[in-house]
Amino acid sequence: MTTLTAKDKDAVRTFWAKVSGKEEDIGTDAVARMLAVYPQTKTYFAHWKDLSPSSPSARKHGITVMKGVADAVSKIDDLKGGLLGLSELHAFTLRVDPANFKILSHCLLVVLSIMFPNDFTPEAHVALDKFLAAVALALAEKYR
Amino acid sequence: MVEWTDFERATIADIFSKIQYEVVGPAALARCLVVYPWTQRYFGNFGNLYNAAAISGNPMVAKHGTTILHGLDRAVKNMDDIKATYAELSVLHSEKLHVDPDNFKLLSDCLTIVVAAQLGKAFSGEVQAAFQKFLAVVVSALGRQYH
Repeated sequence: MTTLTAKDKDAVRTFWAKVSGKEEDIGTDAVARMLAVYPQTKTYFAHWKDLSPSSPSARKHGITVMKGVADAVSKIDDLKGGLLGLSELHAFTLRVDPANFKILSHCLLVVLSIMFPNDFTPEAHVALDKFLAAVALALAEKYR
Repeated sequence: MVEWTDFERATIADIFSKIQYEVVGPAALARCLVVYPWTQRYFGNFGNLYNAAAISGNPMVAKHGTTILHGLDRAVKNMDDIKATYAELSVLHSEKLHVDPDNFKLLSDCLTIVVAAQLGKAFSGEVQAAFQKFLAVVVSALGRQYH
């Protein structure tokens, strides 16, 4: 929607410093929630043997996704350029409907709210929501 | 007619028995006004909404947040006919308040996040699914009488 202000980027980086070390837990919980709350997202993982939210495949995928988000934080000054490779992957190979980026973003925010109830203030929330929206936009960059 | 499983009924009743309406309501509404500032358009007479601190400390926001939560109570007590229960409220939001129904989803996302913080680990994926389904039905009922 809009570009990230300096204040937004600061807020994201500050919050992310607090998250340090817990990325795996956050990622696995977010993906597990996504599969449980939005069952239609399971259609992208038909190749998994076990589609339950706590399956090893789901856990592994949560870690993969979170590594991507952490990478995006480090490239926050140029998301489009920094995430070019990931965008091509999502556009030509994975072809995930961009509506799902919103879904996963929401699940991520729910997890952050649970794990960091005092730090995930409304101000941190808006900055992270904007950031995840910008990441989603960068990921969809190569779609068409 | 919406079909509710026993788990969903129990979960919704449980959540609403555990949360404090005067804490969750104000927090959810304040968060909505901060995270989605265009929603402030409906609260022109609420005074100071200038920044996050002002919003979170605003007594009119707090009062209205509590009102909203008590409104949700009606759905909790009438889960088998939320559509009829909210017909009047839907007309109110459309004809008198002129609220864009897309805003209901924004508030419901904020409510999910606030309830998640309140319940912590107890807000599992399954509980979240039940809660979001409940809110989706409420949102749909509130938008039903718009024309």
